Amino acid sequence: MAEPLRIAGVDFSSRLILGTGGFRTLDVLAQAIEASRTEMVTVALRRVEPGAEGSVLDVVREAGCRLLPNTAGCFTARDAVRTAKLAREAFETDWVKLEVIGDDKTLLPDPAELLEAAEALVADGFTVLPYTNDDPILARRLEDAGCAAVMPLGSPIGSGMGINNTYSIRLIARAARVPVVLDAGIGTASDAALAMELGCDAVLLASAVSRAEDPVAMARAMRLAVEAGFGARGAGRIPQRLYAEPSTSMEGIPELT
Amino acid sequence: MIVTLNGEPAELRDSATVEDAVVASGAPSPHRGVAVAVDGEVVPRGEWDGTRLEEGQRVEVLRAVQGG
Repeated sequence: MAEPLRIAGVDFSSRLILGTGGFRTLDVLAQAIEASRTEMVTVALRRVEPGAEGSVLDVVREAGCRLLPNTAGCFTARDAVRTAKLAREAFETDWVKLEVIGDDKTLLPDPAELLEAAEALVADGFTVLPYTNDDPILARRLEDAGCAAVMPLGSPIGSGMGINNTYSIRLIARAARVPVVLDAGIGTASDAALAMELGCDAVLLASAVSRAEDPVAMARAMRLAVEAGFGARGAGRIPQRLYAEPSTSMEGIPELT
Repeated sequence: MIVTLNGEPAELRDSATVEDAVVASGAPSPHRGVAVAVDGEVVPRGEWDGTRLEEGQRVEVLRAVQGG
């Protein structure tokens, strides 16, 4: 793609960020990363399990992707900040996908805790990419707090419902001075293309690929969808009309009856 | 000395360090991609060897897993 995605001064030629959750095997994950052409993937931190073989880190490093650790499972700003600090220690990166969840049924972000955690992490030198509600005002507050991007949800994590509020996503994308990454809810390729057409700078998805019947084929489809949506937005779509507009001239039609 | 290691009671030698707890956790060696918290606070890798644990402390030894 001609115009790179730039987050915190780092350029990415791919506008697709892949979550590593839900892949059945590390081998399928490796193939999906390759098919998606992503350059950044998320990972999480959990307790060591003795005897666990193979590591998602090896797969990611082999693929040459940048790591984006998340704070999944945190319900308070305090826990999220601690998890981010542990991730910085484990992965030697100060980038973090900040997730602070308010409810384990919807997994929707807790806006107050999210903003508090974002402020604390920015002050501590982190490059913060917050997973946020599809709320233009909250997105602005996160940007003002110094976040490197804002990542509004399309719909709840893993729901595959696509983008429930296209109006809010459009408003967020229009107003933001930092990259907007549509994060969560993508179900299929048209959702990813729509996110880009609405003005998002990138798409982050996991389940849509990892839980597809054929994850590698879906990874490729998502790559093409993100490229297509971005290309279409840049190309300038035609206005929507109520009635038809002929594409063939009405001049010079012969009389044949 | 008993500490809580990843949620379970674990017996370590009396002057055990964070490094000992990491080994006891079963973390694969070398300990790349591993992070440790003691009572919720991060202990940087360079301090594992010199940080003594105390009876009853909660030690979390964490590593990368797949996640959204």
